[in-house]
Amino acid sequence: MTKILAMAALVGLAASAAWAQKTTEEGIAEYRAMLQDGNPAELFEAKGEDLWKKPRGPKNASLEKCDLGKGAGVVKGAFVELPRYFPDTKRVQDLESRLLTCMETLQGFNAAEIANTPFGKGEQANLEGLVAWISSESRGMKFNLPQSRTEEKTMYEVGKRLFFARAGTHDFACASCHGTDNKRIRLQDLPNLTKPSGAASGFGSWPAYRVSSGELWGMQRRLNDCYRQQRFPYPRFGSDATIALAVYMGVTGKGGESVAPAIKR
Amino acid sequence: MKFLLPAAAFLLAGCASAPAAPDYDQLTVAIMKASFRDQGIARTDRLAQDDTNRACSAADVAGKPLDEATARALEAANLKTVKMPLDGKFLGDWKEGEKIAQDGRGMTWNDKAGALSGGNCYNCHQISKQELSFGTIGPSLYHYGKTRGVTDPDSPAARAVVEYTWRKIWNAKSYNACSDMPRFGHAGILNEQQIRDVMALLLDPKSPVNQ
Repeated sequence: MTKILAMAALVGLAASAAWAQKTTEEGIAEYRAMLQDGNPAELFEAKGEDLWKKPRGPKNASLEKCDLGKGAGVVKGAFVELPRYFPDTKRVQDLESRLLTCMETLQGFNAAEIANTPFGKGEQANLEGLVAWISSESRGMKFNLPQSRTEEKTMYEVGKRLFFARAGTHDFACASCHGTDNKRIRLQDLPNLTKPSGAASGFGSWPAYRVSSGELWGMQRRLNDCYRQQRFPYPRFGSDATIALAVYMGVTGKGGESVAPAIKR
Repeated sequence: MKFLLPAAAFLLAGCASAPAAPDYDQLTVAIMKASFRDQGIARTDRLAQDDTNRACSAADVAGKPLDEATARALEAANLKTVKMPLDGKFLGDWKEGEKIAQDGRGMTWNDKAGALSGGNCYNCHQISKQELSFGTIGPSLYHYGKTRGVTDPDSPAARAVVEYTWRKIWNAKSYNACSDMPRFGHAGILNEQQIRDVMALLLDPKSPVNQ
C-alpha cells in the first residue's frame, strides 16, 4: 500500500510543472531503489522452484532431468550462458524455448500448444515462475554466452541484422530507440544495447517483475512488447528471430552481472 | 559462371576445405519470415523493406553512414512522394495538434483497422514548455516557429519554412535518408487534416510552442 501511495505521489510530482526534470528522475530512481527491498519476483521464484521439482504433465514427471546447457538437472549458472546451441534439438535456444523442449520431452506437454498460449495464461504462467527461479539461481554471475559453435556465431550475426532492421508502418528498428547513448522516450531512459554496458543492463535485467502489470515478464514477453510498439507483426513465442536478438544482446553484454529477476516500472 | 567464381577464388587462396561464410542477410530475411505471424492489423507484409529502409539498415549493421550519392538519391525519391495540401491550406488548429502530439496510439496489433492514429511526437521531442515528460531521440521543437522567424505563417516570407515543415512531417526521409522519424503522411499514420493541426502546433504564433 505504501508503495502504491509513493507511486501516486511520484506521478503527481512528475505532472507538476514546478518540479524540475532532474528531480523527477532522481525521484523515480529512489522509488525503484525502495522497491528492491521487497521484489515480488520472489513469489514467482518460489513457485518456479516448486514447479521444477513437482511431477506434472501427461508423463507425471518433474523437470529435474532437464538439461539447460550445463548437464541434466544443473540449474546454477545456466541462465548466464543462454541462449546456446543444443545438440538434441539442433537449435540455438533461450531459456524459455529450452523449457518448452523439456516440458515436451520429459513431461509430455505439447510445446506448440504452450507456445500459442497467451502470456500469463495456463502453462505460460507456469513458465513465468520457472524463468524467475532459474534466473535467480544465476544472480550475481556474469553473462558468458558461448560463441564456439558455428550455429551460435550465425545467430549472433542474424540477431545483429534483426536489431538494425527498419520496417513496419513507422520504419522503426530496435536500434531506433536502443542504438544511441543517453536517449529517453518520455521520461524512460533507454539503454544503448549496441554497447557492452547498455546490453549488460538492458538484457541483464530480464526476467523482471513488472510493477505496471503485476506480472513477471521473461525476455520473450519483453521482446514481444517491443515489437508491438515497433508496429511489427507478431513474433512467434520462442521463434528464431527472438532467440537471435537475445544472442546479439547477450553476447554484446558479456561480462555484465545478472540481476534477474529484476523489478521494473 | 558467376557461381563458379567464388569457388575458384577459394581454391587459389588455398582454403578449399573451409566452408563459405553463410549469407547472413539472406538468412536473416528467411528467419524473419518464419518468426512472425499476422496479428490484427499488424500483418507480415509489414516486414517488407523499401529501398530506403533496406539501405539504412545495411548501413547501420556495417556501422557506417550511407555514401553521399545513395543518400541524396533516396532523399530525392522520398521527396517525390510528398503530397502538398490541395487547397493550399497548411495550418489547422494547434489545440488539436497538441492532442495528436500527445497521443501514442495507433497501428499496433492491438489497434482497430481504420482508427485514427496519434503522432506520438512527445515520445521523441520536447515541444511545449508545459509538458515535462518528453523524449530526447529527436531535437527539441520548443520555439520551432519563433526561432525560424515565423510571425505570420500565411505570409510569403514564411512560405519556405512552412513548406519544409510540411514535407518533413509527410516524409522525414526527404531531407535525411536515414532519419529515425516516421513518414507520417507517406505511411498513412496521420491524415492531411491531422498534419495541418500538428503544423499549427509548431508554427502558429499563438501556439504554446512559440510562447
